[in-house]
Amino acid sequence: MAAPQLESKFIELQPFSDEMVVNMGPQHPSTHGVLRLELKLDGEVVREAIPHLGYLHRCFEKHSENLSYPQIIPFTDRMDYIAAMNQNWGFCLAVEKLMAADESKSFEVPERAEYLRVLICELNRIASHLLAFGTYGMDIGAFTPFLYAFRDREKILLMFEKICGARLTYNYVRIGGVSRDLPPDFLDEVKEFIDYFEPKIDEYNNLLSGNSIFIERTAGVAVMDQEMAINYGATGPNLRGAGMQWDLRKDEPYSIYDRFDFDIPYGKDMPEIGVVKGDCWNRYKVRMDELKESVKIVRQILELESGIPDGPIVAEFKAVRPPKGEIFFRSEAPRGELGFYIVSDGTPKPLRLKARSPCFSALSALSELSKGLMVADIIAIIGSIDIVMGEVDR
Amino acid sequence: MFDQIQQIISNSPRVSSEATGNWAEEFARNRLIPILEHLPFVPAGVAEHFPVSLGTILVMFGACGIFVAIVPLIPLVLVLAERKVSAQIQNRTGPMRVGPWGTLQTLADGVKLIFKEDFIPPQGDKLLFVFAPYIIFACSFAAFAAIPFGQGILISDFNIGIFYIMAISSVVVMGVIMAGWSSNSKWSLLGALRSAAQIVSYEIPLGLSILVVVMLVESLRMQDIVGSQSEGLFSWLIFRTPFTFIGFFVFFISSIAEVNRTPFDLPEAESEIVAGFHTEYSGMRFALFFIAEYANMFAVSAIAATLFLGGWEGILPGYDFLGGMPGFVLKTLFLVFVMMWLRWTLPRLRVDQLMNLCWKYLLPIAFFNILGVGIWGLIFPKDSRLSIIISMAIIVVGIIVTYAVAGKSLSKRPEPQPSSA
Repeated sequence: MAAPQLESKFIELQPFSDEMVVNMGPQHPSTHGVLRLELKLDGEVVREAIPHLGYLHRCFEKHSENLSYPQIIPFTDRMDYIAAMNQNWGFCLAVEKLMAADESKSFEVPERAEYLRVLICELNRIASHLLAFGTYGMDIGAFTPFLYAFRDREKILLMFEKICGARLTYNYVRIGGVSRDLPPDFLDEVKEFIDYFEPKIDEYNNLLSGNSIFIERTAGVAVMDQEMAINYGATGPNLRGAGMQWDLRKDEPYSIYDRFDFDIPYGKDMPEIGVVKGDCWNRYKVRMDELKESVKIVRQILELESGIPDGPIVAEFKAVRPPKGEIFFRSEAPRGELGFYIVSDGTPKPLRLKARSPCFSALSALSELSKGLMVADIIAIIGSIDIVMGEVDR
Repeated sequence: MFDQIQQIISNSPRVSSEATGNWAEEFARNRLIPILEHLPFVPAGVAEHFPVSLGTILVMFGACGIFVAIVPLIPLVLVLAERKVSAQIQNRTGPMRVGPWGTLQTLADGVKLIFKEDFIPPQGDKLLFVFAPYIIFACSFAAFAAIPFGQGILISDFNIGIFYIMAISSVVVMGVIMAGWSSNSKWSLLGALRSAAQIVSYEIPLGLSILVVVMLVESLRMQDIVGSQSEGLFSWLIFRTPFTFIGFFVFFISSIAEVNRTPFDLPEAESEIVAGFHTEYSGMRFALFFIAEYANMFAVSAIAATLFLGGWEGILPGYDFLGGMPGFVLKTLFLVFVMMWLRWTLPRLRVDQLMNLCWKYLLPIAFFNILGVGIWGLIFPKDSRLSIIISMAIIVVGIIVTYAVAGKSLSKRPEPQPSSA
């Protein structure tokens, strides 16, 4: 039987046509890394857009087959480098669940470590969404929100630097716990930051979300409705922006998320300003609202009556040598559902590791979303689905 | 020989035939020629035969020299101002290292640009590529020739001053298209065509709002336009009729679009088409674009100040407060500051929204203004206290009504979503 003919993925250049084929990227200011888009333009109108990936491919999955489980954690940092804590955690959760399959090897993650993980990852989520907000403003043409966002993100990065010594690739969450305990006065610092940051969210909403030019640019543009979002596997803020209340922290609570009280922001129709479910504005706005929810969670940790429980920060176990078997575990990273599929043959190294990247799925919708829109809209879409190429290419 | 020259000069056609009290001629007659008598190397008797017209020409050349030396300094200052203003808005300090408070930063940047590689795309059209920056640069500086900085302080008092400025600023678009085409880059071409469409479209509301002023003043000469606003704040054309008040905003918005600044900076939208038509330029050629942009910004602000804000006339009649050259420069810099303020606050429009704004809103408003000013001229053939009081009353009521209407649409702003699960 002949192999099915693969459809040509490249746009063929047609001479003497009114259409123009241009390359957007891989070196382009607003493709958020090294995304390359092949655009077929009719004037300013985009007839076809094909994303080409792989410029940042670093063989993460193949590498992992030759590394022991703890050694893989630094590699996960390099996936979504904007939200590295969450990537660490996602991987560790998967390995922990795999370990738990064998009773002799299973262990409980200490209570203190769970709290630290939630605290750090929610701060990381704030940092990640701040970057998304800032760069989205820049994509739309407003330069100032970018610097405001970076000013606040810097404060979080400084805290992370104190806690694990790194600003971008943390390698902080370890299998069975976290690598270090909190430095003294860290919680006071977090409280100071949260108190400072919470009013700023409203300021940012006034500055950008409510700006009429911004609404004009993003409202009703590139609508990804619920069905389409599910079909493409878009998750996280992209799915919630389409109006679906789906958040793994709430719907399949892992770790200790069931102890916290927070809401799931989701996209809404707002006909008075032309906003519909699943458009760029809603996808963006869900992130802005999630900032508040993350602040809420962090505040609940800080205001615990008994404080963060004392105790060890890492579980006691012999070695990371999971039993034979396979696992898929997903967690809610800032950009969507991050899944790790691990096949173990009982050795300290995984037989196969596959990461399910939320950005990759979201990016696959770009081609359909951008049809018939303008060049400027492409930028608005890329910003609103908030991709990080390190995670797309891995 | 002097006689012949004098004859040629007096017979040559002048654009402004009888300038009232030509300052250059007076200066030559009263100052320059008497000095000649005292110079040791000038033979006796030459001075009294020295033709006044030649002296005038010499004075004119001198004045032009001063202008040519000073005007290019304006962008130098404005670039620093832009960086400092943006820094203030964005919680930064801006350049601080070169010179006190970073004042010499622009010079340092200029020196850096001069020493950069002059890259010409090998597949491009070399001739056009080289010429494009000069066209843009020359046109944006040529507009300064007709801008009155003060009473008598202008290079040429054309009787078609404002028309000349309109004409010369339209030539810029040619340079932009040349730059975009000759770079042989698709992104540059896209930027150039965006720019061409934008400038050509916005010229229309711009010209129509100038027409409103011209209808009231009944002259195209810049000095006449300023002269008609000499009776203090309320004789400024912006307050003269309610229609010029609207016209000012139409003019200002269109001129922001003319000089490609946010929210109309599509031709050089760095997040979309990298740098638009000047993507491929480097070194001094790029610097010419950059200087021209800031010169343009100053020029359109100066024109707005001249046409609507009284030019070099002061706030109070007979007093020089906010008048003269310092007053004019202050008014202009204020408008420049507003442009910078907008740039660092607002996002960018999309190209179709840009065209919508021009053709669906600004153009009808501009036509409405012309109609309105025509009728106003029929009702009040001559400006009187009554007409100005009525005009101010209409403006104030209009602002309140607009605020009420706009306030309603402002309340439609999306509130932070009550995200109840």
